[in-house]
Amino acid sequence: MATLAAGKRRPLLRVHNLKTYFFPDEGTVRAVDGASFEVCAGQTLGIVGESGCGKSVTARSILRIVEHPGGIVEGEIRYLHRTDGREVELDLAQISADGPEMRQIRGGEIAMIFQEPMTSFSPVHPIGSQIVEAIRLHSPLGKREARERAADLLRQVGISRAEARLNEYAYQLSGGLRQRAMIAMALSAEPRVLIADEPTTALDVTTQAQILDLLRQLQTDLGMAIILITHNLGVVAEMCDTVVVMYLGRVVEEGSVDAIFHNPKHPYTRLLLQSIPSLYSEARVPLPTISGAIPHPYNRPEGCPFHDRCPQFIPGTCDRHVPELQALDEEKSDQLVSCFLYHEPTDERA
Amino acid sequence: MAGWLIRRTLFAFATAWAISMLSFLVIQIPPGDYVTSYIAQLQSQGTIFTDVEAQALRDLYGLDQPVILQYFRWLGLMAQGNFGVSFEFNRPVLDVIGDRFLLTIVVSVAALLLTWIVALPIGIYSAVKQYSIGDYAFTFIGFIGLAIPGFLLALVLMYFGFVLFDANVGGLFSPEYAQADWSWDKLWDLMQHMPIPALALGLAGTAFLMRIMRANLLDELRKPYVVTARAKGLTNSQAVLKYPVRVALNPFVSIVPFVLRDIVGGSVIVSIVLSLPTLGPILLKSLIAQDSFLAGTIILLLGVITVVGTLISDILLVILDPRIKFKARGG
Repeated sequence: MATLAAGKRRPLLRVHNLKTYFFPDEGTVRAVDGASFEVCAGQTLGIVGESGCGKSVTARSILRIVEHPGGIVEGEIRYLHRTDGREVELDLAQISADGPEMRQIRGGEIAMIFQEPMTSFSPVHPIGSQIVEAIRLHSPLGKREARERAADLLRQVGISRAEARLNEYAYQLSGGLRQRAMIAMALSAEPRVLIADEPTTALDVTTQAQILDLLRQLQTDLGMAIILITHNLGVVAEMCDTVVVMYLGRVVEEGSVDAIFHNPKHPYTRLLLQSIPSLYSEARVPLPTISGAIPHPYNRPEGCPFHDRCPQFIPGTCDRHVPELQALDEEKSDQLVSCFLYHEPTDERA
Repeated sequence: MAGWLIRRTLFAFATAWAISMLSFLVIQIPPGDYVTSYIAQLQSQGTIFTDVEAQALRDLYGLDQPVILQYFRWLGLMAQGNFGVSFEFNRPVLDVIGDRFLLTIVVSVAALLLTWIVALPIGIYSAVKQYSIGDYAFTFIGFIGLAIPGFLLALVLMYFGFVLFDANVGGLFSPEYAQADWSWDKLWDLMQHMPIPALALGLAGTAFLMRIMRANLLDELRKPYVVTARAKGLTNSQAVLKYPVRVALNPFVSIVPFVLRDIVGGSVIVSIVLSLPTLGPILLKSLIAQDSFLAGTIILLLGVITVVGTLISDILLVILDPRIKFKARGG
């Protein structure tokens, strides 16, 4: 199902050098510091990385719902906006976050599902009213029709007794059902891009598999692009066509799922893959871990952000220069890596 | 739901009954009785009183009987709609209380409404614009409001009302309506007199509720469902007003009985300062005179107001939050 030919199509969403910083009183947090990736219709892009690497903030930046005191400071979010049957390329980073275009896109063309299905629904409104609201925000349907559509959506995501479920509250549903209802709500306006932010993290393994199956099937049916944010490499291997590996707000490596899993280049990607427990690994040998911890957000290392945890650290280079994301070599342009093991420093910062 | 309501109402009655017992007991605790203070008052005016006469008075009112008996006699009388006779005013308790009960409710509800109407939007604003100049300003005013005693505020308001607006301050009615029968004109007169008492009685509660709303909403604003609502395509203000404010209303409502209690209970001094014809001033008078029937009835009425307020807020909570209904059924 990997469609590498997709690279030749015009991408639906293209993020280039996105920087989203937070400005609390204590200093600046560079949550996303130059992220670039793209995704085409019908394709699944995985964004992986540890907690705090900027995955979720990247997603919220695309939807322009970054909370105060954060904001996009630089970069482009090019999106093919469909309006009056034509496609117009819009830079979401430039338009007003609460303006009519962005509100049409948010929830209408780019929808999002979240990690915590329990707290992602309002506890005091029935599921149905929240889905109906999402439907009516993006279509001229009346209340009754929207309710019928909501029931259809629940059936589409595999919820039985759909009409009755509409009147139930989030606390009355199981975790898996809640996440299904969440997906139904995200699908209410037939979005072209679905951002799934850790959609299975809060679920047990059996339910995880069901939810992933559902997402895959919906993608086949509706042809939408999916951006899957996760720290679970197993989920990535199962779901994604292309993968972006993030560390401290920067993309360190990008490539097809095959390239990332079978031919990882960046030391961070390699270490991440080595630290997955495997059935075939030797017994009673400690699992390899990445030494050190993620630096404090106010105390980022100079140069390459990973250099102080990197086993292949080049003194004098990695701690002084910032690597750029570049194609591995001229011919193989679909794998990009940001590491001085493969490139000479190009910047003059010292 | 119906079963829950019936159970809740029964509890309310039980609470009111407990209040009646306590209020009667509390009045009996000070040494002496009404006759003691009556004699002291007469003696201070030079009248000589013999022990025989005093004993005759006690027999007349049944003050020599055990407290329990007196209490049940009182309860029995109340069941017949007879709340006893006020020794101090020498009139039936119901006559003494008269309009005052209704006026107490009117003033309390006015103060409570003011509290809500002011505290809700300010609380929302302070939470949404946390640490803005406006937030700091309201916080400052709020703490001053909490710190100023109601009677002092009443005095200040009366002064400015008189100096700046030449308002008819004090009381709830203009002199020409004070003794008049109820009419639309009298009601309108009452409305015109309402702002100062409502403000003096409601300010502390307003400041308190404002802080509660701010804190609640700040908690709710960080919940994922707010992000969900925004991700659907709602504007920020639509999302905030529809979801987190709705959830934050919950503690806002559950706190109302306490605010109501403070307004009703704390109104004694303010009522005296503003010379409001409410229950507060005569409660004080009856307590000083050990006028047990009058004091007992008033304390009971105030207790009932609070119990009813709590019942109403409980019902509101069930309507507001479906999870509460569920727990009541399950447990």
